[in-house]
Amino acid sequence: MLAMDYRGPKRVRAVQKPMPEIKHPQDAIVRVLRTCICGSDLHLYNGNVPDTRVGSTFGHEFVGEIVEIGADVTKVKVGDRVIVPFNIACGECHFCRQGMFGNCHESNTEATAVGAIFGYSHTAGGFDGGQAEYTRVPYANVGPTIIPEGMDLDDAVLLTDVVPTGYQAAEMAGIQTGDTVVVFGAGPIGIMAARCAWLFGAGRVIIIDQEDYRLDFARNYSYCEAYNFKEMNDPVVFIKKITDWMGADCVIDAVGAEAAGNTMQTVTGRKLLLQAGSATALHWAINSVKKGGVVSIVGVYGPTDNLVPIGNVLNKGLTIRANQASVKRLLPRLIDHVQNGVLNPKGLITHRLPLEEVADGYRMFSAKLDNNIKTVLLPPTANQ
Amino acid sequence: MENKRIDPTQIKGWGIDADPKNDPTYPMRERMNVGEDPDSKHRPDSLQPVDTEVLRSIERPNVSAVFGTPAPPTGLSGLIRRAAFHYSENRYRHWLPLVVADRVNVVEGIVSDLTHGKLPNIWAEKGYDMEWKHNRTAFITKMSIIGAVTAGVVVWLASDSKKPKTKGNKDYLSRF
Repeated sequence: MLAMDYRGPKRVRAVQKPMPEIKHPQDAIVRVLRTCICGSDLHLYNGNVPDTRVGSTFGHEFVGEIVEIGADVTKVKVGDRVIVPFNIACGECHFCRQGMFGNCHESNTEATAVGAIFGYSHTAGGFDGGQAEYTRVPYANVGPTIIPEGMDLDDAVLLTDVVPTGYQAAEMAGIQTGDTVVVFGAGPIGIMAARCAWLFGAGRVIIIDQEDYRLDFARNYSYCEAYNFKEMNDPVVFIKKITDWMGADCVIDAVGAEAAGNTMQTVTGRKLLLQAGSATALHWAINSVKKGGVVSIVGVYGPTDNLVPIGNVLNKGLTIRANQASVKRLLPRLIDHVQNGVLNPKGLITHRLPLEEVADGYRMFSAKLDNNIKTVLLPPTANQ
Repeated sequence: MENKRIDPTQIKGWGIDADPKNDPTYPMRERMNVGEDPDSKHRPDSLQPVDTEVLRSIERPNVSAVFGTPAPPTGLSGLIRRAAFHYSENRYRHWLPLVVADRVNVVEGIVSDLTHGKLPNIWAEKGYDMEWKHNRTAFITKMSIIGAVTAGVVVWLASDSKKPKTKGNKDYLSRF
């Protein structure tokens, strides 16, 4: 079968690989119908996630059709078309039973600080991902959710990560009616977080990025104000000024380790890997939120350390909330929102490429070429 | 494009998920500590057979019920990875060797390609067609700079100027 193949930093290709096999009675094999390149895939692509092995297949955003099931799989059957949450969860452990499906304790042997994620290095469990024609899906009784009749596959594939992560970012921000919400990062997650902030009753939503085309997209898609930090002397002072010098009620970091905007952070975090990525957006978030406010983090950072003004967290009395999205917990609500027309996930998709051109897709997304927001990859078997 | 403040109540879905009780412990659905959970040690009934080498974090007592099987550790990078897993996730001695192993693994990957008669197509693997199509001027500039710097370093390394002068050339006494 055809699958994406990681060869080293900024080097990927599509090659033939062996078909995945059932390894556990709750496994299923899924024929991939749609798969996406995620912003967090860029951390892998850039070689910034420890234990990313050559020969790995990335891809944690995918939907597909069940083609084989293990002996203990009862909740789905061959032929079902399913949304596969990006995190792998057993549904039975101490954490899953509290709704923390992004923090399962029975899916990742190689690290305890992160649950397993499809196609996201051995640090996240060593599972192959969905940028392939077929992939193995563990715990098929728990994660895969049948795509409702009539739902567009393009909407469904964005329910695996982008929509739940953006929604949970707004949820964790603890937005109260009328709050001012600032979102750092106008990638797909930030744009979705800004859109979802309204669902929680925000009174004002502001998004900050450095790419004008993304800011224009966010204004139209998320109905928010959008500003380019390259046109500001200091983004923190700018936010203070436009919030009556108080700071925002809630700030969302939807950037993570690839942040631009601060040379010291970029050099130490992205070039020299002396930090677990560049923490510029988180730094700005902490400093631009009001005293007593909430910082919600969904941008992904590595497992070591980052330079952030933790003293200001103490002195301002901030609450920091962060997690990988609990996709399974959120899916029923979010499927309703899509079916009722409240959310329009497929509106984020700007590019479609065959899986064979996966290297071009990564380059386009990484370098922000051709006004790229979201790329969908189509495996050759998707139309069978 | 201008930024315009809008009336949020006109946005479809505004406020439908507002939750005044959304406190900082959410989204844990039902908060409980381990002592209150009689099933805190519960594991799935079936465990995936360990038929390949799986590196286990020393912060857990066992192999998880399922695990990924691709790319088990091999070669020099594998040796480094195995050594890294002697240390906890709390230590740089765990993470930094893994980053080193990843870089060694890249070289191993190129060697593996060559020994299998495959010459890596670096241009295609890096997706440079997209740069050429959508960002040509900046791409050419960037490549020219990289080429010039590389050429400069090669010339400098090959020149005599970096060679240390012999002791005989330093005739300090004759200067006085």
